[in-house]
Amino acid sequence: MASDIVKDLSDADFDSVISSDTPCLVDFWAPWCGPCKAIGPVVEALAKEYEGKANIVKMNVDDNPATPGKFGIRAIPTLILFKSGEKIDQVTGAVGKDQIKELIEKGL
Amino acid sequence: MAVTHYELIILGAGPAGLTAGLYAARARMNHLLIEKGAEGGQILLTDWVDNYPGFPDGISGFDLAEKMAAQAKRFDLNSMFGNVTSMDLTQKQKRLELDDGSVKTCDTLIICTGARPRPLGIPGEKELTGKGVSYCATCDAPFYRNMHVAVVGGGNTAVQEASHLTKFADKVTLIHRRDELRATKILQEKAFANPKLEFIWDSTATKIDGTDGVEAIHLLEKSGKESVLKVDGVFVLIGVVPNNTMLPLDLLKADAGGFIPTDIETRTTVAGVMAAGDIRSKEVRQVINAAGEGATAVLAAEHYLNNLS
Repeated sequence: MASDIVKDLSDADFDSVISSDTPCLVDFWAPWCGPCKAIGPVVEALAKEYEGKANIVKMNVDDNPATPGKFGIRAIPTLILFKSGEKIDQVTGAVGKDQIKELIEKGL
Repeated sequence: MAVTHYELIILGAGPAGLTAGLYAARARMNHLLIEKGAEGGQILLTDWVDNYPGFPDGISGFDLAEKMAAQAKRFDLNSMFGNVTSMDLTQKQKRLELDDGSVKTCDTLIICTGARPRPLGIPGEKELTGKGVSYCATCDAPFYRNMHVAVVGGGNTAVQEASHLTKFADKVTLIHRRDELRATKILQEKAFANPKLEFIWDSTATKIDGTDGVEAIHLLEKSGKESVLKVDGVFVLIGVVPNNTMLPLDLLKADAGGFIPTDIETRTTVAGVMAAGDIRSKEVRQVINAAGEGATAVLAAEHYLNNLS
C-alpha cells in the first residue's frame, strides 16, 4: 500500500486534514485485510483523477485506533467522505470504482 | 465512440477469470479481461486457503489472489478496470458497453462474474451492515476483540470463519438451521474442539437489533420457540448469490437461482459464450473448480475460434 499520491493519516493529524472545505475521502484499512489491499489501486487511481478537487487519504486502523473508534467503524475497508470537518457519507466493503466515485461526487 | 474488437473478452478477475487470463495470454489470443472491483474475487474474503494444491502450508486468500494475478501478468495479460453497462449476445459478434463510454466487441466471451455472500434478508441487516453485520470475518474479526459474536450458517465458510473469529472474540455462537453441520469433517472437528465456540441448532435468525451497532439477534427455533441472543456482531455466511445483473438471463437460460448452466466444456446455450467459476450453475463452488473451469473455457473459446470461417 506504499503510495505517494494517497497520504497516510494518523489520529494526530486527522482533524486538521478533514476540516478543509475541499472534500476529503478517508480509506480506513489494515494490513491483514485482503479486500482493503485489493481496492488500494482503485483508490489510488481515483486520487489521481480527483487531484485538486478532492483530497484522498488513508488511515491504518491498527496504528490509529482512536479515529475508527470515534466513527464506530466495525468493518473495513470503510471509506468515509468528509467536508469542512463533517461526515457526508460512507461506504463499506470492497466496492467498485463507480460506487466510490458516487461517494466523492456527493462532496463536490 | 471508441470500438475495440477482441477475439476473447473475460468478465471478472476471480480465480476463474485470472486462470482464463493466464491461458488466453499464453495462447497469444487477442484478449481483454475486465474487472469491476478488485482482482481476486471472493478469495479476498477468505482468511486462509488450505485446500488449494501446491501450497502445503496453506496460503492467505489475498496472497493467492495476488499470485494468480501476477502469474497471468507475467504472460502479458491485457486487463482493465471497468463496469459493463449493457451487453448484446444475440449477434455473432458480442457487444459490450462500458461505463467509460467505450464499446468492446468480441468473438468469444467468458463470463466469470462470480458470486457474492448471500444476505439473510431480515430486518436490521441492511441498516447495520458495517456497524456489526459483516460478510467477511477475515476483514472484520479484529474489531471484535473480547466481544461476543454470532455466525449464521453451517457450511465450510461459516465453520472456518467461526473458528477464525475465536482468535479475537471471547465467545462465538454459530447459529445453524439444521441439527448438523454441512462443513467438511476436518473443519467440524476443529470447531467442536474449540472451547470459545458454541452452537445453536435448528434455529433461524429473524431480526437484528441495534442503532449505532448490533445489540442482539432474534432467533426462531424449529419448535416455534423464539429467543433473543445479545451479541456485538453478526457474521452472515450462508452461501452465495450470483453476480448476474448485466447478463441476459433469458438468453443464457439461467437457472432458478440466477446461475448460468453450461455443458462440461463450460459452453453456455449461446455459441461462443462460456461461463466459468461461481457464476456457473453447479453444486460445488471451490477455488480449484473455478480455476479449472477458467482453463477449460479458454480451450473451448480457442476451439470455437478455430471453427469460425
